[in-house]
Amino acid sequence: MHSFGYRANALLTFSVTALAFICAIASFSDKFSNQNPSAEIQILNINRFKKQSYGNDEVSLTLDISADLQSLFTWNTKQVFAFVAAEYETPKNSLNQVSLWDVIIPDKEHAKFRIQTSNKYRFIDQGHNLRGKEFNLTLHWHVMPKTGKMLADKIIMPGYSLPDAYK
Amino acid sequence: MGWIGETVDSIKSIKIRQLLTQAVTLGMIVTSALIIWKALMCVTGTESPVVVVLSGSMEPGFQRGDILFLRMTKEPIRTGEIVVFNIDGRDIPIVHRAIEVHERKTTGEVDVLTKGDNNDVDDIGLYADGQMWLHRHHIMGRAVGFLPYVGWVTIIMTEKPIIKYILIGALGLLVITSKD
Repeated sequence: MHSFGYRANALLTFSVTALAFICAIASFSDKFSNQNPSAEIQILNINRFKKQSYGNDEVSLTLDISADLQSLFTWNTKQVFAFVAAEYETPKNSLNQVSLWDVIIPDKEHAKFRIQTSNKYRFIDQGHNLRGKEFNLTLHWHVMPKTGKMLADKIIMPGYSLPDAYK
Repeated sequence: MGWIGETVDSIKSIKIRQLLTQAVTLGMIVTSALIIWKALMCVTGTESPVVVVLSGSMEPGFQRGDILFLRMTKEPIRTGEIVVFNIDGRDIPIVHRAIEVHERKTTGEVDVLTKGDNNDVDDIGLYADGQMWLHRHHIMGRAVGFLPYVGWVTIIMTEKPIIKYILIGALGLLVITSKD
């Protein structure tokens, strides 16, 4: 009853159970954090707006993105993945979401930022529906914890539109 | 070296009934583990409720050796979700983030483009020849939870199978020689 094997087994089982319990509590503590992030996006310039040789519209734009995501960080947060997506409707598709830019925020200090950038990923439509198109720019974020449940949410900013003619 | 003598003695003195009892106990343990696994599959709605992260393409969020808990619901797939998918013809699941979604008005079907957070380019190069988008039937689940480091056991056992054999051999020996 007191051999090394039994003692090692009991120790291992207990430590694994305790560790699992601690991880669950850490994840649960995220529920109590008060989160109020804010963001603002402006389109500074439409750089290019053309129809590709395959027939799909492509847009290149410069965005001014400012956001304060500091309140999303808790002691159990490993990083926050934030990205800006353009969302719009076309005759064929009820929803199109195209990610334009993203960033990995490793800690609270970097979570309040303002950046001017052209879109990191190509904004290409399935078709040529973008002339005069109205779209929303949505800032999504994904809180990735050190252990436990991941959390995702977004701020929708409507009211942006593309020019009526190619450029 | 007394325990070698003890082990040899205990192997010699095995009785048939004791051996059968131990075999049944072992069978019960294995089947109850299987039952728990299948129940998890039902609850989470996906064929693999837990996956191990194998590559560094989602760093620094997910490192190699982390475990992801998956869930698959009827809700539509949207950008930002971390999805696990299989490419036709390959059996290793890939865990990446959806960066583009186009949903058809008429059928509700979706075209999805994915990319690993740590990769510079999207996953078009990973898809099958001629495939431009992922569809819902490729996607096995969404990642909802995460545990670090625990998956290293699986990685070690897959990449160095000799350790798997040593472990199973040692467990087998333990079962045979235990006096329960």
